[in-house]
Amino acid sequence: MQYLHNIGTYFLMVLEMFRKPTKWSVMKQLILKDIDDLIIGSLGIVAFISFFVGGVITIQTALNINNPLIPKYLVGFATRQSVILEFAPTFISIIMAGKVGSFITSSIGTMRVTEQIDALEVMGINSINYLVFPKFIALMLYPFVISIAMFLGIFGGLTACVLGGYSSADDYIIGIQTELIPFQIVYAFIKTLLFAFVLATIPSYHGYFMKGGALEVGKASTTSFVWTSVAIILLNYVLTQMLLS
Amino acid sequence: MIEVKDLEKSFGDAHILKGISATFEKGKTNLIIGTSGSGKTVFLKCLLGLFDYEKGSISYDGKIFSELSEDKKRDLRADMGMVFQGSALFDSMTIAENVMFPLRMFTKQSKSEMMDRVDFVLNRVNLPDAHKKMPSEASGGMQKRVAIARAIVNKPKYLFCDEPNSGLDPKTAIVIDNLIKEITEEYEITTVINSHDMNSVMEIGEKIVFLRYGLKEWEGSKHNIFKTDNEIVTDFVYSSNLFRKVRESLNK
Repeated sequence: MQYLHNIGTYFLMVLEMFRKPTKWSVMKQLILKDIDDLIIGSLGIVAFISFFVGGVITIQTALNINNPLIPKYLVGFATRQSVILEFAPTFISIIMAGKVGSFITSSIGTMRVTEQIDALEVMGINSINYLVFPKFIALMLYPFVISIAMFLGIFGGLTACVLGGYSSADDYIIGIQTELIPFQIVYAFIKTLLFAFVLATIPSYHGYFMKGGALEVGKASTTSFVWTSVAIILLNYVLTQMLLS
Repeated sequence: MIEVKDLEKSFGDAHILKGISATFEKGKTNLIIGTSGSGKTVFLKCLLGLFDYEKGSISYDGKIFSELSEDKKRDLRADMGMVFQGSALFDSMTIAENVMFPLRMFTKQSKSEMMDRVDFVLNRVNLPDAHKKMPSEASGGMQKRVAIARAIVNKPKYLFCDEPNSGLDPKTAIVIDNLIKEITEEYEITTVINSHDMNSVMEIGEKIVFLRYGLKEWEGSKHNIFKTDNEIVTDFVYSSNLFRKVRESLNK
C-alpha cells in the first residue's frame, strides 16, 4: 500500500513541477547552475569510464574470437553495437544515478532538513518548480553527455585494439561502419531522454519528501540510487521490447 | 491583525491543536509560549499556511486564508516574513543574495534599486559589511540577523519568528529580541513569535498566548503573566531558578 502511495506522490510531484512557474530571470540562473553541476560536472568521469570500458569491450570481444573464419572487423562492429545500444545509454545512466542522483537527493534533502524548503513555501514560491524543474531542463542536455560517451567508448576500443594488436585500425574502422542501422541510434537517444527524466525526478522525489535529520539525508541518497537504478533497468527492458523487437 | 478561530489540526490519530482561538494585534509583538509538545510550532505553521487544518479559520486583516484563491494566497504570502529557528538561509547564496531573494522573486525593481534596499536592511540589522559572506561563514547571531533582514526586506505586513533566540548567548538573544520589537513598531507590522524563553517574554512580550496540550491555557500581557492565579502558567513562568529567586526576594 505504501508503494502505491509513494508512486502516486511521485506523479503528483511531477505534475506540480510544471505548475506556478518561477520568475524566468531567476529560473534562467537556476538552469545554468544545474547545467554546470549536473552536466558539465559529469563530463570528466563519463569520459574516463567510457574510454576504458570501450577498451575492455574490444579486448574481451577480440579474445573471444578464435575462429579464423570470423572477419577481423567484427571487433569494431561488436564494440560499436555494445557501446551505442547498451553501454553508453544504460551503463552510464546507472553511474549517473550514483553521481548526479545522490547529489540531487542530498542537496534537496539538506534543504528540507534545514527548513530552506519551508522558507520557499512561506514566500509563496512553488518549491517543487523552483527545485526540480531546473534539474529536469538541465538533464535534457543529457544526450550530449551520452554522445560523448559513445564517441569515447568507440575511440577507447580503437586505441585498445591497435595498442593490443588485436586487429588493425582499418579493420576496426570498417567494423564500426558495417551494417549501421540509424534507428538503433534513435532508440539509444529515446532511452537517454527517458533516463534523463528519471535521473531528474526520482532523486528529487527522495530528497523533497524525506523526513528526519542528517542521517536520513544519507539514507535517502542510498534509497534514491537504488530506486533510480531499478527504474532505469526496468525502463530499459520495456523500451527495448517496444522499440527493437 | 491576525484572527484565529477554533483552529483544529491532527496528524493521523494525534490531535495536536484542539480548537485554539486567538487575536494577534498590529504593531505589537505577540508571543506564543508553552512547553515543548504544546503545539506551538504546528500552530505557527498553520498561521503560515504550511499546514492545512481540519477545522477553524485564520484571517489576515479580514481575509480568510482558506477561502482565498491560489493566486490571492500567493499574494498574501508575499506579505509575510518568517524567521526560522535555524535561520533557513540558502547556503548556495551569499548573505546579500539571501536578503535580495524575495525582491528578485516578487518585485520588478532594477538591480541597483534592490541593492539599495539590501544595503538599507543590512544596515538596519547592524550587518553593514556582511554582503559577500556565505551563511556558513556567519555566526549564529549574524545568521539570525540576516534571516530578519530577509524577512523584512519586502516590507511585510506580518512577521513570524520561530524561537528566534534559541541557541544564542543571553546577550545576543536580547539584541535579537529588541531588534524584532523595534522593527515591529517601526514598520507597524503584526509580529507573532514562537518562544519558550521567559527572558523574551520579559523583554518584548506585549501580548502573550500560552498553549498547553493543543489548547489555549491563558492569554494576556507580560505584566499580567507574573500576577496570574493560573497554576499551570505560574509553574511555567517560575520554572527557572532565577525567576523563582526573584519572586521570593520580592515577596520578602
